[in-house]
Amino acid sequence: MTLTADVEVRLDEFHEDVHLDVTDGEVVAVLGPNGAGKTTLLRALAGVRPLTGGRIVLDGRVLDDPAQGILVPSAQRPCGLVFQEHLLFPHLDAQANVAFGPRRRGASRAEATSVARDLLDRLGVGDIAHQRPGTLSGGQSQRVALARALAIGPRLLLLDEPMAALDVTQRTAVRQLLRSHVGGSGSSCVLVTHDPLDATALADTLVLIDDGRVVQRGTAPEVARRPASQWVAGMMGVNRLEGHVRGGWFDLGAGLAVPVAGAPEGARCAVLAPRDVSVTPYGAGPGSPVARSAATRTEWSTRVTSVQPTGDRVVLGLEYPTGLTADVPAAGPDGSRWDEGMAVTASVDPADVELFEPAPV
Amino acid sequence: MGLLALPMIGLLARVSWSTLGSDLTSPVAVDALRLSLVCSLWATGLSLVLGLPLAWLLARTEFRGKSVVRAITVLPLVLPPVVGGVALLLAFGRAGILGRPLFDWFGIQFTFSTAGVVLAETFVAMPFLIVTVEAALQVMDVRFEEVAASLGAGRWATFRLVTAPMIRSSLVAGAALTWARALGEFGATITFAGDIQGRTQTLPLAVYLALEGNERVAVALSLLLLVISFAVLVALRGRWLGAVRR
Repeated sequence: MTLTADVEVRLDEFHEDVHLDVTDGEVVAVLGPNGAGKTTLLRALAGVRPLTGGRIVLDGRVLDDPAQGILVPSAQRPCGLVFQEHLLFPHLDAQANVAFGPRRRGASRAEATSVARDLLDRLGVGDIAHQRPGTLSGGQSQRVALARALAIGPRLLLLDEPMAALDVTQRTAVRQLLRSHVGGSGSSCVLVTHDPLDATALADTLVLIDDGRVVQRGTAPEVARRPASQWVAGMMGVNRLEGHVRGGWFDLGAGLAVPVAGAPEGARCAVLAPRDVSVTPYGAGPGSPVARSAATRTEWSTRVTSVQPTGDRVVLGLEYPTGLTADVPAAGPDGSRWDEGMAVTASVDPADVELFEPAPV
Repeated sequence: MGLLALPMIGLLARVSWSTLGSDLTSPVAVDALRLSLVCSLWATGLSLVLGLPLAWLLARTEFRGKSVVRAITVLPLVLPPVVGGVALLLAFGRAGILGRPLFDWFGIQFTFSTAGVVLAETFVAMPFLIVTVEAALQVMDVRFEEVAASLGAGRWATFRLVTAPMIRSSLVAGAALTWARALGEFGATITFAGDIQGRTQTLPLAVYLALEGNERVAVALSLLLLVISFAVLVALRGRWLGAVRR
């Protein structure tokens, strides 16, 4: 399976222009905030939203090309579609939902039923084959929805926020399920999500889109090590710093600089894991109000702008440098709590600051 | 409340229960009843055939002049039925725009015919079906239809296997309302189709005429229509009387 898609969709105010390549067995996650155009992309691939420009080619067959007047209807595309809310047909039981596709695509009733039974069994929900969707749990209906999409033997599986409606324990199970049924079935998969965790757990390749444009693409480690923007860095849970390298120092402005011996001069970016940023309440550490750098430690004073607890740790937003986050133990060094507006001393080990050359925009 | 209930009580008080059976089986009553049933069912069927596609177009597609089409489809809801009858006469009457060629070339005549009754009833009642079904289609998540399409269902299969079952209760309610409205149709029918016993004299027309000669029959037939209206209301209680139906 090879998909080459230049998706151009022009709605009143919104203009989407996204290029997407998917190779055999690949799982591509399209990651972006709400309103970025993720679902529009999926609908275009599924054939329920015609392109206004560009073209979609699947295995050498043109599915959509407005310039040539080609539009293969949804019903004739080898694409399985799973929506976030599962959208099982409420008047049909689970088995009839799964058998729907094969029946419509020409299978006899007996064939369709056997395909449905087999898939429901394989996905571990054979026991609820004769229940209506209204009686199923979130995890069960997710499996039935996936079985329904897989029943037509799709070359391309399209998943819209596959995890969003599930609780944490179900998510893990469904991730494993998707992993084992997507890559292995010879079909490829495009999933859209706003959750970086889902994207990195499921996908080989990430495509980050914002405002109808591709911001960055690559494997999860690639993107995390070279985030193209502050927003991408935030999605990947890393910090992205912008500055200049001059005379062995990575200068972040306003007197803050990190020693980077031997680095080439010029405009540079750096990634820094939030866990590598240490924070101590103001005055508790050896620091002073001004930035101070040594070969093993760079420290500076700043303020806490946001506090977000994550279990036994807490993610602090720092005032300076803008947007920097630190992932620190929930209790401060002397057992104190973190509060917004608190004056603190932040410090990093220069070795944790990984420089890279920003990609030309 | 009294204003609404008192006429019903008055009607019930005037019913001559001992002769009710013979009143309802008098030739005039039987003819009217038979004709009313036949015509209202035809009108309901015709409304389904013509109204469903129209409701679907209004709910699912965008086209130029859509608001005009919508206005025209709901107009009979607020139009005085007599005016509807006059309009039908001008269009389908012997001298009408469409009626004249139909009569001259094919010998088809709607005025003073049972077909005319069906036409008049459809004209007045179909909007109930369109409005009810369109509202249900608007509320339904179109992505169910998109999923059906992705699974290989064409438009008709999607409607038959997914859309129609999902809006079933609205379809039934719309059809019942349409039927009830067609059954009670008076103004457009008498204006357009006339009042010929056994051919165009439906129950409401028979009631009106019987009032002048045989009031007992008029009351008996009124009671029958009241019972039917009430039965429709009970059948649709899930929608208007607040009962939970799931």
